[in-house]
Amino acid sequence: MKNKAEVVIIGGGVNGCSLAYRLAKRGIDVAVIEKNYLSSGATGACGAGIRQQWSTKENAELSIESIKIFEALSKELGEDIGLRQGGYLIAIHDDKEMKQAEKNVDMQRSLGLKVDILKTNQINNIVPILDVKGMKVIGATFCPTDGHANPFKTTFAYANAARRNGAEIYTHTEVIDIKLNSKKISAVVTDKGTIQTNVVVNAAGIDSKKIAEMVKVKLPLTPFRKEIMATERLKPMFEAMVISFRDGIYFSQQEEGQIVGGIPIPEERSGYKTIPTFSFMQHMPRTLTRYAPILKHVNMLRHWTGFYDVTPDSRPILGEVKEVKGFVQCNGFSGHGFMISPMVSKILSEFIVEGEKSDILENLNLDRFKGKQIEKEMSVVG
Amino acid sequence: MKKQSIVCRCEDITEEDVIKAIEEGYTDLEELRKKLRIGMGPCQGRVCIQLVTKILEKKTGRKVSSIPLPTSRPPEIPVSLGTLASDEK
Repeated sequence: MKNKAEVVIIGGGVNGCSLAYRLAKRGIDVAVIEKNYLSSGATGACGAGIRQQWSTKENAELSIESIKIFEALSKELGEDIGLRQGGYLIAIHDDKEMKQAEKNVDMQRSLGLKVDILKTNQINNIVPILDVKGMKVIGATFCPTDGHANPFKTTFAYANAARRNGAEIYTHTEVIDIKLNSKKISAVVTDKGTIQTNVVVNAAGIDSKKIAEMVKVKLPLTPFRKEIMATERLKPMFEAMVISFRDGIYFSQQEEGQIVGGIPIPEERSGYKTIPTFSFMQHMPRTLTRYAPILKHVNMLRHWTGFYDVTPDSRPILGEVKEVKGFVQCNGFSGHGFMISPMVSKILSEFIVEGEKSDILENLNLDRFKGKQIEKEMSVVG
Repeated sequence: MKKQSIVCRCEDITEEDVIKAIEEGYTDLEELRKKLRIGMGPCQGRVCIQLVTKILEKKTGRKVSSIPLPTSRPPEIPVSLGTLASDEK
């Protein structure tokens, strides 16, 4: 293991690996520490979706710019990331949701996004297998450039490109301690050795809280176990991701033909439990076959769990904390870390290399939770 | 003949595919799973995982007994969504 690096990134998920790539490409000497294998946390368990339809301006901006990067990413990294843009169809169930949808669409359009409000009779044009009556909807919003990509392929492609640019990636290596020198980062201690550094990026997903505690920084992160399932492969039937904020369900048909989707269980509580539940195995098929009755003939193959690291406003924590110089946060993604990773790594790499600040970094700093009014992201699913 | 040795019947993965991935640096069973989709089909790894573990042992020198198995995921065998959604006991 090397004993010195300009930047040490803790966490080998999509955000850690994409940031490692951006920094290494700029000539920064960077090391990534991953306690398990690459994509072993939330990245590898996620629903793979990429959505631009958000209620807060930062999330919409981050994801709109991220899609542009995703669109060019396979070529840039030299490996296919499995991007498919079939759109996101968001169910609207009542007048209250319609009002929020109209507000969201106005904001999203002001940022240049193409997004429409569909009437019930237009929904089957997008996803023919949906039962509009069973869904109990009065409309939907649809953005055709939303989509999904393969989280494993994306993470591995970033990691390979990072290595080609000189980054060192240590898997199965655990961070034990972070050393400070008069409130500045000075070293990262792992079970395989110590690396001297002045900058640590905390991209450890749900373990970010534990990492921050090593330097006495408190992160308002709550772990939520989320469950997700995959069916057998089917011939292509629809391209859009279907989601409902009220029912909490989301599902799409992936490149290989399997339907992948999730839903929160009614008795969901925060905590670190990873075991899949029977409740999900009943709740998900019930809601899914209500939305698309034809799927009752399809087999579920497996179901698994992953974590959302949820912040009080469901928006990520990004940038350097005021308390410790060189301690940069890249966590709290609250279930949408994969889809905004291209912009997150761009903004953070610009901050680390040039010290460049932006409104987004300012608004998403840990500081925002200190007594100020926070704007909550309303459009969270799963 | 080697090219035709199917290791994962669900996802059509050959011995050669597995060896190539290991040589590219995917030396963890979970990473191989995610790279090649082995164990993600209807058999959920019953057929392929033992074979892939053997290949890993041959290529990396790590003993089979020291290679952790991937997490097993319910419902273990394919079950229709209609059956799972049903109220009948």
